[in-house]
Amino acid sequence: MGESDRFEPLIIGFTCNWCSYRAADLAGVSRMKYPPNVRLIRLMCSGRLDPVFVLKALAGGADGVLITGCHPGECHYLEQNYKALRRYHLLRMLLTQLGVEPERVKLVWASAAEGGRFAEEVGRMVEDVRRLGRLNWPAVAADGTEPGDGQTPNAGHVHEAEPVVAAEAHQEEVTP
Amino acid sequence: MSTTPLSPKPRARIGVYVCHCGSNIAGVVDVKEVARWAGRELADEGVVIARDYQFMCSNLGQELIEADIKEQGLTRVVVAACSPHLHEATFRNACQRAGLNPYLCEMVSIREQVSWVHTDREQATAKAKALIAGGVERVAWHEPLEPVIVPINPTTLVVGGGIAGIQAALEIADSGYPVILVEREPSIGGHMAQFDKTFPTLDCAACILTPKMVAVGSHPLITLLTYSEVERVDGYVGSFQVTIRKKARYVNTETCTGCGLCIEKCPVRVVDEVFEAGLGYRKAIYRPFPQAVPKYPVIDTEHCTYFQRGKCKACQIFCPTQPKSIQFEQQDERIQVEVGNIILATGYDLFDCRRIPQYGYGRLANVYTSLEFERLCNAAGPTGGEVVLRDGVTKPKTVGIIHCVGSRDRNYNNYCSVICCMQSLKFAHLVKERTGAEVYNFYIDMRTPFKDYDEFYQKVLAEGVHFVRGRVAEVTDAARHPGEEGKIIIQVEDTLIGRQRRIPVDMVILSAALEPRRDAQEVAHKFGIACSTNGWFIEKHPKLDPVATMTEGIFIAGCAQGPKDIPATVAQGAAAAARVIGRIHQTRLALEPIRASVIAERCSGCRICNNLCPFHAISFREDLGVTEINPALCQGCGTCVAACPAGAITGTQFSNEQVFAQIEGLLMLDFSGKPVRRLEPLAAAAEPAFP
Repeated sequence: MGESDRFEPLIIGFTCNWCSYRAADLAGVSRMKYPPNVRLIRLMCSGRLDPVFVLKALAGGADGVLITGCHPGECHYLEQNYKALRRYHLLRMLLTQLGVEPERVKLVWASAAEGGRFAEEVGRMVEDVRRLGRLNWPAVAADGTEPGDGQTPNAGHVHEAEPVVAAEAHQEEVTP
Repeated sequence: MSTTPLSPKPRARIGVYVCHCGSNIAGVVDVKEVARWAGRELADEGVVIARDYQFMCSNLGQELIEADIKEQGLTRVVVAACSPHLHEATFRNACQRAGLNPYLCEMVSIREQVSWVHTDREQATAKAKALIAGGVERVAWHEPLEPVIVPINPTTLVVGGGIAGIQAALEIADSGYPVILVEREPSIGGHMAQFDKTFPTLDCAACILTPKMVAVGSHPLITLLTYSEVERVDGYVGSFQVTIRKKARYVNTETCTGCGLCIEKCPVRVVDEVFEAGLGYRKAIYRPFPQAVPKYPVIDTEHCTYFQRGKCKACQIFCPTQPKSIQFEQQDERIQVEVGNIILATGYDLFDCRRIPQYGYGRLANVYTSLEFERLCNAAGPTGGEVVLRDGVTKPKTVGIIHCVGSRDRNYNNYCSVICCMQSLKFAHLVKERTGAEVYNFYIDMRTPFKDYDEFYQKVLAEGVHFVRGRVAEVTDAARHPGEEGKIIIQVEDTLIGRQRRIPVDMVILSAALEPRRDAQEVAHKFGIACSTNGWFIEKHPKLDPVATMTEGIFIAGCAQGPKDIPATVAQGAAAAARVIGRIHQTRLALEPIRASVIAERCSGCRICNNLCPFHAISFREDLGVTEINPALCQGCGTCVAACPAGAITGTQFSNEQVFAQIEGLLMLDFSGKPVRRLEPLAAAAEPAFP
C-alpha cells in the first residue's frame, strides 16, 4: 500500500505492438499523465494473448489486467483481434466461475493515434479496480496482510464469499 | 491455452543499463537508485552488472555495453531507456558488434512508460524497477535468432491502371525493372480519362494523360493485362504468386490492328454505363474511348446478338485481317505470375446520388452527377462538349452546383472528399464559359488549399459565380411561386443571411463523394491488408509512411488510400514506385524473425489452429497427422501459439516462457517498490490444469 491509506492496485497491461503499445508511446511523447499502477507487456498482437497470461498475472499479484488491441477492422494481422475478443468473453465467464470479478479484466481498443484514449482508459481501469479492492489471490500477499484477513479496504463492499470461492476453485485446479 | 510445464530457467549473465536521457528520465526517476537496486537485488536473477549513464544511445553509451559484453562475458543485455520502437535497433547493433546475438537484448521503456507519464518520483522509481525486473526475467529466456532473409523478385505487380497505377508502372519500368499492370476495364486510364479539364490549370485531361497511357502500352518492360482481375495472391514479400484471370475479349490481340471496322459494323447500340456514365452509347463490340490503350476492342456478350441469339457475326465478317481477329470461341484465361512487390492503385467509386432521394437524382431529368457532367462537357463526350439539358438541345440558363453530396454528412460519409470544392469551381467556370448561364454554388465550407487552388477560387468569384453557404435541403420540381414553373427548385438555408431561399434553376450538378471501391474490403483481404472504418486502405503510418502498408511488400497509391486530387495521386504513385525500386535494389530483405513453429512431437493433430491464420501459413500434414507452419508465410502474430491446447506451437521472441517470466518480474515489487511476499511457488499457480 502506498504512503496514504488509499489502496493502490497493480495492473498488468497487455498491449499490441502495432496500436496500443504505440498509443502508450504517444501518451509518453505527448506528456499525458496517467497513474503509475499499470505495468505493460508488449505482444505482437492481442491475438497472442493466451488467457493463461491473464490468470498468471492475477495469480501472481496483479489486481487487474488491461488488454488492449487494434480497433475492429484495423488489426495489423487482419482479424486476430476478433480472436482476442472471443477469448476475452470466454475468459470473463471463467473468471466468474473462479469467483473473480470479471471487471478486473478489461479489453480496450486503442489505435496508435489514441494516446489520450490509452491514458484515459488506464486511469479509469485503476479507479475501477481500486473500487473492487485487492484481489487476494492466495499465491501472494502484500506485506503485513494474509489473504482474506479482512484488511482489504473494501472488505464490506465486495461479496464476502467470493475470495473463498476463488481460493477453493483455485486449489482444486492446481492440485490435479 | 498452453499447459506445458515450464523448463528450468536458463542461466544468464545479464547486464542492465539504465539511461538518464539527460533529464528526460533522470528528472523523474532516480536512475542511480534503480541501477544500484538492479545490481544488488536482481543478482540472484542473473544480473552481473548494472550501470546508469547519461545517454545510453550515444556512441559512448553503446561502447559501454560492448565493452561489458566482451570483458564481463555478458550473455544478455537489458537497456532501460526509451521505447524499443525508437532505439531497439541501436542496441541490437551494439550487441552484434560485441559478438552477442542481437536478439539477446531487451529494451525496457522507462521514458515513454514512466518518466514522461508519471510525476511522483518515488512511484515512478518503483515502477521503473518493476519494469526492469520484468525485462531481466524475460531476457533470460531469449534465444539467439537470425533475421529471416528473403530474396526480392524484381518484377512488380501494379493493380489498377488509373493515373496512380500508370505513374507507378512507368517509374518502375523506366528504372529498368519489369512491371505487370493489371486493369479490370478494357482500357487503362481510369477516372482521369473520363474528365474534360483538370483544375486549377484547366489542362485537358486527355492531353496530359494519353501520352502516359501510350507510354505504358508500348513500354518493353510493362506487361499490360487489361480486362483482367487478380483472383488470388499467395506468398509473401519478395515472392508473391499471383493468379490473374484474363477475361475473354473475343478478339485476337495478336492479329487485331485496332482499325475499328468491327465497331462501326456492329448493329447493336448499348447505353454506356461505365465510361460515358450512362449519358452515351457504345456498340456491343467496343473500346471504351477512341484513345483506349490497348486499342483492341472487346465483345460485351450480354448484348452481342451472336452470343445471345447465335447469329450476326457482322464484326467477324467485316474484319479485314487475315486470319480474322474476332474469335467467338475465346475463353477466360488464368495466368500465374511471380512478383516481388505489389502496388495497389485501385481507385474509388462515385457515391450513388440516389441514396439522397431529396436531391432528385434519377427522378428529375436534369439533375446530374459530377461524373455525368464531366462527360457532358467533354469534347469527346456524348454531346461533343455542349452543355445541354437531357433533351440534347436546350442550353441551361441557370445551373446549381451542390457541394458535399454524400461527404461531410453523418448519414453517409463523415470525411471530406477533398476534390469536390475545386471540381465544383471548375464546373462553374466551364458552365459560364460554354453557356453564359448564371451559376450558383451551394457549399458548406470552401476548401481550396494547395498551389494555385485559392487563386482559381478568386478567379471564379470574379467571373460572377454566386456562392450560397448552406447545406441544400431539397431539390424539387414542385413549384410554389410564380417563376418556378418548369424549373428545378433548390431549397436551402443561406446561413450567411440566416434565411431560407428557393432558387429555381434549369440544371443541377451534384458533386458526389468519392467512396472506397465497392469491393475494397474483399480486395484488401485478398492482398492481406486492412481497410479503415471508412473503407479506404490503411497505410503503415498516416504521416511518415503513407504508401506502405502493414503487410510487407504491399504498397498503396492514389484514391484507394483516401480521397485525393490528381497531383497527390501522381505523387503517391511515384512514391510507391520509389519504395519498390529501393527494395529491388537491395535484392534481399531481412525480416524480423518473429515466427511461430510447431513441435511435431507435441502436436495432437486437433487442428484447432488450422483456421486461425489469415495468412494461410498453417497447413495440416495428412500423412503425418500434424500441423505445420510455413515460416515464410507466418507473420508472427502468435494467435495460433495462444490457441494450441497442447502447447505444441511456440513463438520466437514471444514464447510462453518469455511472457510468463516477464509477468513474474513485473510483479516482483508492489506499487511502492517493496518486494512482494509469495505464499506458494508461483510456477505451480501459473499452471492451472485446463481440460
